[in-house]
Formats: sequence, structure tokens, C-alpha cells
Amino acid sequence: MSEMCRRDPRREWIARNRLHPEHASALAALGNIGGGGAASEWLGPSGVLRRNPHGVGFIGPNGVKRIDRSGAQQGGSAPGHGRQAVQQDRRRHVEISDPAFLVAVVPDLTGGRLSGHDKDLLGLARRLADDDPERPGAVLAVVFGEHKEERLGEAGIDRVLHLGAETYAGFAPEARLAALTAVERELAPRHWLLPDSPLGGADLGRRLAQRLGERPVTGVWQIEADVEAPLGWRCTARGAAERLDIRRPLPRVALALAECAEPVDETRHAAEPLSLGAAVPIALSRIEDLGQVAVDPAGVALAEAEFILSAGNGVKDWEGFHHAARVLGATEGASRVAVDDGFMARDRQVGASGTWVTARVYLAVGISGAIQHLQGIQGCDRVVAINLDPGCDMIKRADLAVIGDAAEILAALVAKVEQQRGGQRDAA
Amino acid sequence: MRPEQQGIEMAVLVSVGRHPITGRARRADQDARGLELALCLEGRLPGSRIGLLHAGPRSEESEAALRGYLGMAADAGTGLNTLTLLEQPEGSDAIPALADHLSAAMPQLVITGTRAELGEGSGLLPYALAERLGWPLVNGLAAVEKVENGVATLLQALPRGQRRRLQVRLPAIICVDAAAPAARQSAFGPARRGELEATPGAAELDHELAGWQVAPARKRPKRLKIIRAASARDRFKAAAAKAEGGSGQVLEGVSSEQGAEAIFTLLHEEGVLRS
Ligand SMILES: Cc1cc2nc3c(=O)[nH]c(=O)nc-3n(C[C@H](O)[C@H](O)[C@H](O)COP(=O)(O)OP(=O)(O)OC[C@H]3O[C@@H](n4cnc5c(N)ncnc54)[C@H](O)[C@@H]3O)c2cc1C
Repeated sequence: MSEMCRRDPRREWIARNRLHPEHASALAALGNIGGGGAASEWLGPSGVLRRNPHGVGFIGPNGVKRIDRSGAQQGGSAPGHGRQAVQQDRRRHVEISDPAFLVAVVPDLTGGRLSGHDKDLLGLARRLADDDPERPGAVLAVVFGEHKEERLGEAGIDRVLHLGAETYAGFAPEARLAALTAVERELAPRHWLLPDSPLGGADLGRRLAQRLGERPVTGVWQIEADVEAPLGWRCTARGAAERLDIRRPLPRVALALAECAEPVDETRHAAEPLSLGAAVPIALSRIEDLGQVAVDPAGVALAEAEFILSAGNGVKDWEGFHHAARVLGATEGASRVAVDDGFMARDRQVGASGTWVTARVYLAVGISGAIQHLQGIQGCDRVVAINLDPGCDMIKRADLAVIGDAAEILAALVAKVEQQRGGQRDAA
Repeated sequence: MRPEQQGIEMAVLVSVGRHPITGRARRADQDARGLELALCLEGRLPGSRIGLLHAGPRSEESEAALRGYLGMAADAGTGLNTLTLLEQPEGSDAIPALADHLSAAMPQLVITGTRAELGEGSGLLPYALAERLGWPLVNGLAAVEKVENGVATLLQALPRGQRRRLQVRLPAIICVDAAAPAARQSAFGPARRGELEATPGAAELDHELAGWQVAPARKRPKRLKIIRAASARDRFKAAAAKAEGGSGQVLEGVSSEQGAEAIFTLLHEEGVLRS
């Protein structure tokens, strides 16, 4: 029986189609059946020589099929092997054990992850650090509070100083400033880089510069090497409400705009943990953070909402949906169908002909994920989908997808949240 | 009236702005919002006083712009009809002059805009003053809720329409930006009648600024989507990719409670659920 060759035409078809998403696995499966390469020539039952053109050649390092007609290479294609080479991570590992100097970066870590702005800034830091290959500097990231970022090394960080104490949580500029002053005293970085983002680096960076007695540059968007400048760099910064470009030597403290440099994507760095020798002195705080104020999520503009609960054609129980939005404290959004059918207001439409949203969490309920809709949620960090159809495009985009009936799952979620809150209230 | 209900002394720092389209001098938008905040606070805390302060050269154009602020106080029924002008030669550093004046006048609350619309516009001035005077500073202010016993309760504007409540010991410096309530109109008559009280201010030239090259802003180059691919196949795949990802977790055939549990965990991890 084992002589009999069973063909799977569909898999063969996938194996021929290099752009099919399952191409690699189909190819590997076919290769395994053939026992490491299908025969390329054999004698047919009627004595005719048959050729399999697909069995000829081999898969090159880039996953492209190569046929060597010089005769040096025969048959022996190793399908699947080339694929793995493509999937393999091509980043170069870099370890800077004895840095000539330090470039300190204080990323915002909005929501516990490196933002695009942070990554651009780290790219800028790498330019400063790697300028002289003989004497490379190390990029030191000072991270406040808890974070969820696992790819610090891939963003170009050599050393991480993690200050996770409770005192740095929320709006604590005085405590953070004290910590940065301690870093300055102990490690004396050559450059300080912060993102010029309101309420993040823009505030802290200006405080730091004043404390260090440096005149910082703000709104930097370009740097270039300049031997005459004290630090060897010259920068271009925006001034006067974005109307002027100021070119000046780069000072020690710089606050840079988004897209000031390309993010790191070719190397992976060590992100070694570091700690301060002496304890950070406790700063006397004259500003007390009383926590966030509950704002009515329905009043927040869709484009700047942080958490959106969005309804599509799959929502039938609208009362339940509005109730869920209220309980979760989410801003409501909708697909075009839900708007056209009159269940939601026009200003709630997400997508190409509606609003481009930038929510941190986008919860799509009964939305199929048409391209016009997906365009609108490109800027969202986390997408969660609830849908009956496991094959729809929204599931492909989603970080977490639950297959099931929207009304039931929403009701269960609401019950869960209410139970949690009730429990907390009892405990308090 | 209880003693803690008594008014407070405020100083509003104002600058000369520039209209983004016509380029004419005007009251700066953020500074006008700061004055609006002060006027509202004065209405709520009877007996408060507002001092308007500007440091810089005196010219016809800047005078017209500064009078715009005086015109805002017209119907507030307040005695605000003078603006203190610390007169300095062109190109001087405003920080020492303002710091000297403020440390002598000792207001409890100093209100400024976040960035100037002319000059370097780095937004450093409030921070420099805070460091020199040793006062706390809060930026991105949306509202002042109350002032009691030398402690102010403020609302700070966070991104995405969120607000944070802070308590600050006075004297303090607060910076407003576009999140603060919009300024009222300026009335022409009171603006004409208002007084500019000029006193000479410290004249320290800003030498560093003079050494920089300043040019009208160039358009920033648009970032290209760089696809680092070794082969045409990878480039094509990257260009034709539709729904990227696929790394997401799919829960199929679970009960709705289990599904809700998974969603709840994710929402909780992201910290978007407030209790
Ligand atoms: C020029 C143009 C511009 C457009 N602009 C936009 C735009 O800006 N925004 C936009 O959203 N659309 C836009 N569209 C429309 C878009 O193409 C889609 O038609 C629309 O997004 C589909 O909406 P939907 O996903 O809600 O509905 P459907 O495609 O009908 O999807 C409903 C989904 O709900 C699921 N479902 C059904 N019942 C349940 C249940 N009980 N529980 C859970 N899931 C269930 C189904 O499996 C399905 O996946 C535009 C179209 C055009 C031509």
C-alpha cells in the first residue's frame, strides 16, 4: 500500500503558488512525502521518459527557485530549507561591552510600550552612539514605572535602567527629575535625548535641562555631523510655532520630534539591566497626583478615543451594545453598515469614509473587516474581534479573536466587569 | 466671608503673537487662554487681583497686540486696566527681567502659555522661571477647580481627551495650552483706554541665540516606507500584503464566558478598564 502515491491537488497547487500564505508549509509537506526531493525524471508505464519540471533545481537562499544547468547541482532540491532561511531573523547582534560614552534616552512608554516616537528617538540615539565605529557609545534607556515592552533590545537599547518604584507612577515630575539627576551624577551621559511630546518628554526634558543648567534644543528634527561643534553635531530644530528652522550646534540635552531618525531595524542590542549605585534621594513633592478623572467617553472625539467599542452588522441587540459601552467605559464606534442602517450616528463611523481612529484598544463586534474599515483602524495598537465567522478579514487583523455570538459574549463580558467591580467595592 | 475664601494674587505672562496666515502681530492664542483662565478664577474668588506682565521692546506693533489683552477684561467688571511692560532692547533675554519682577511682586499663581509664537518658541521660559524661583510647575492645564488654604486643585489635560486631577502647593506656575477654554473676544474701546506701565527691565542680550542660523521652516521630508527585502519576491509580498499579522490568538469553540474572560484579561492588561 505504501507504494501508492496519493496526491493532494490542492496542496500541490498551493506549493506552485509562491504567494499563497500557506506556500511554505505545503512545500515542506510535499517534500517530506517525496523523502527529501521528488524525482525529476522517471520512465513512464509505456516506456516514455517523464519529467517533473518542478523537481528540477533548488530553492535559493531568498526562497526563489534556482535551476543550475551547469550540471554541478543535480536534482536534490531541498524544499522547505530555503523557506526557513527567509523566516530566520536577520538582525545582527551587537554587544557593546566597554562603551566610550553613554547616550541617555528617556522614552515615554505610553501605555507601557515604546511608541513610534520613542523608536525614532532611539534611532537618533544610535546615530549619535555609533558615529565612530572605533569607539562606540552605548544607548542607555531610563525607564520609569512598569512596562510591557519585551523588545527593548530590538529598538537599539544597550543598557536599561529600570526605576519601577511607586513614586514614579502618574504625574511625578519631581521624583523623576531627582532620579535623572542621580543618573547624571553617577553615569554622566554625553547626550540626553527625550521625545518632545506634550506631557511626556517635553515636560521632563525641559525640567532636566534647567536642573543641569544646560540650554536644551527643542523640536529637533534633523542632525548632521559637524566637527566644529562642541559635541561634534549640528541640529535643525523648529521654532516660533513651527514657522522657523533654527540651525545650531547640538547641546547636551535635546528634545526631538517624531520622525527625527529612522528606527533601528538591522541590529539587536543587549538591553542589559543596570542599576544605580547610590539610592535616589527622595524629592520633596509639592505636586500631588489625585489620579485620572472619569470623563464621559461618549463626549470624547472618536479620533482621539483610547478605547473604542465598535459595532457592525453583526450586532442585533443594540440596547445591550450601548449598555456594554457604558459599563466598559468605551467610546462607541460603528461600521458603515451600522451607520447606514440608522443604528448609529454618522460621526461614529470608523473607516475610510469615516474617522481614522488611533485607539489603543479597538474592540470590533460583528464587523467583517472590509478594507475600507480596516484602513480606518491602521493606527490602533490592539484589536479584539468578536465574530461568528472565523474566516473573515477582521480576525486576521485582530490580536485576539473570539468566535461566537456577539450578544452573548458582550453580556458575559459586562457581567464579568460588573462582578469584578462589585468585588472590589466589597473589599474596600 | 471665611478667610480662606479670600482672593489670590495672580500674574499672567503675556507675549506678542503672530497670526498664522496674515503674519500680523496679535495677542498670542495660548497667553489669551491663560488670561481667560485668570479672569474666570477672579470671578469665582472675589478679591483676587490679576497682574498682566510682558517683557520686551516697545513698538507700535507690539503695543497694539498687548492692548488686545487689556480689551479682554472690559466686561469682567474688574479693575484690570494696566499692563506692566518691562522694557528691554530687542534681542534681550526675558527670563532675568521676569524673574526679578516676580520675586519682588510674589504672586501666588503665575499663568503662562506653553510656547511663544515668535522667536525661539522653545517653551523653556516657564521652566526657567520655576527653577529660578523654586516654585512647582504644572503644564497642559485644562482648568483650575479650586484654590483653598494655599493649595490649588487643577485639572491637567491628557492626550485622548482624558483629564488628571492634581494638587499643587502655591505659589506655583501653571502653563496652559490649547486644551484650556478658548479666550473671549477683545473689546476695542477698553483696549485703547488701557494703560501700559513701562519700567526698564534687565537688559541681558541673548548672545547664543544671535549666533544661530534662523530660516523660514522647510517642509520636512515625508518618510518613505522602506522595505528591506533581499529579493523581488519579498518586495512584492510586502507591497501586496493586505492584512498583516496573523499572529493573533483565535479562540474558537469556547463558551461565551471563556471568550469574555480572555477579552477581559486583555482589557485589564492594557489598563483601559477603570474601576
Ligand atoms: C467607497 C466606500 C467607502 C466605504 N467606507 C467605509 C467606511 O469608512 N467604514 C466602514 O465601516 N465601511 C465602509 N465601507 C463599507 C465596507 O465595504 C463594508 O461594507 C462594511 O464595512 C461592512 O460592515 P460590517 O462589517 O459591519 O458588515 P458585514 O460585512 O455584514 O459584516 C458583519 C459581520 O458580523 C458577523 N456576525 C453576524 N452576526 C453575528 C453575531 N450574532 N455575532 C457575532 N458576529 C456576527 C458576520 O460574521 C460578519 O463578519 C465603504 C464602502 C465603499 C464602497
